[in-house]
Amino acid sequence: MTSIYNRSLHRRSGDVSLSLFALLFAETVAYSQKHVKGVNELEERLNSLGYSVGYRMSELVMLREGKNGVRSIEILELMRDVHQNLWKALYGRSAHSLEKSRSEEDEYMIIDNNPIELTFISVPKDISQLSCAAFTAGIVEAALDGAQFPARVTAHSSGTDQFPQRTIYLVKFEPQVVEREASK
Amino acid sequence: MAILSLYILNKSGGLVYQRDFTEKLNKLSANDYLVLAGTFHGIHVIASKISPVSHSSGIKSIDSSTFSLHCLQTPTGIKFLLVTDPGQSNAHLLLSKIYQLYADYVMKNPFHQLEMPIRSDQFNRQLTIYASST
Repeated sequence: MTSIYNRSLHRRSGDVSLSLFALLFAETVAYSQKHVKGVNELEERLNSLGYSVGYRMSELVMLREGKNGVRSIEILELMRDVHQNLWKALYGRSAHSLEKSRSEEDEYMIIDNNPIELTFISVPKDISQLSCAAFTAGIVEAALDGAQFPARVTAHSSGTDQFPQRTIYLVKFEPQVVEREASK
Repeated sequence: MAILSLYILNKSGGLVYQRDFTEKLNKLSANDYLVLAGTFHGIHVIASKISPVSHSSGIKSIDSSTFSLHCLQTPTGIKFLLVTDPGQSNAHLLLSKIYQLYADYVMKNPFHQLEMPIRSDQFNRQLTIYASST
């Protein structure tokens, strides 16, 4: 019997139905919400769910999109990989912009104007600081950890009139990463 | 402007969403909207019961000289009531599009509780966009 495991890892599988993904993700959030106290814990939980996806995903993306086994060893290079290749593998397009924080040496921002996982989600007013994109933040965190660039990634919604679901993924690298970069 | 207002009723006849799309309608009190929804739910059931042929779908539309009211009942018993200008012939298309928006922006929102009033910014936004495009 041939199953998904018999297929070549290099072959890209087809797209997943958006409705199916949205329903599954909605149920994931609703289920997680029943088992936590408060917004921070919920984001934490979504982050850790994303982390286990990202850990597997980053390896696969590396294999498929990788430059003949050459790793990215600079922060900016790695962030570009995440912003383009990882995003493309997950959501079929790259994120909208990648910025470096002006005030903090160790902070980078990936900005998505309409994150696909939030397409159908409206957060109630009483927990408006919640961003369900914490899931994607977890994926990014795992990808960076896996590349030996440990970081903390959080998602913050910053909706505009034109893009109400606009989200900023804030990446804060551990001090040793910045130190290593400076000593190169 | 064809659409005047929209009501969404849950399967037990409770009003879960009400919205006017024009300023010219008289405002009712919150309680009156609930009564209106409950009453329509009642006569819809009666209408399908007194039908000489069984398995009647109940009231599909009510026409008057100043407005038309169209009803779409989904397989799960949710009713969409659309009040339009009289003689709107494509109301069924409008209703099925609104049903589609409901299926997307209400049912796929993890913070929506079944049978409870709909509080979804995205649903409101999409309805506004759709209503202004008709």
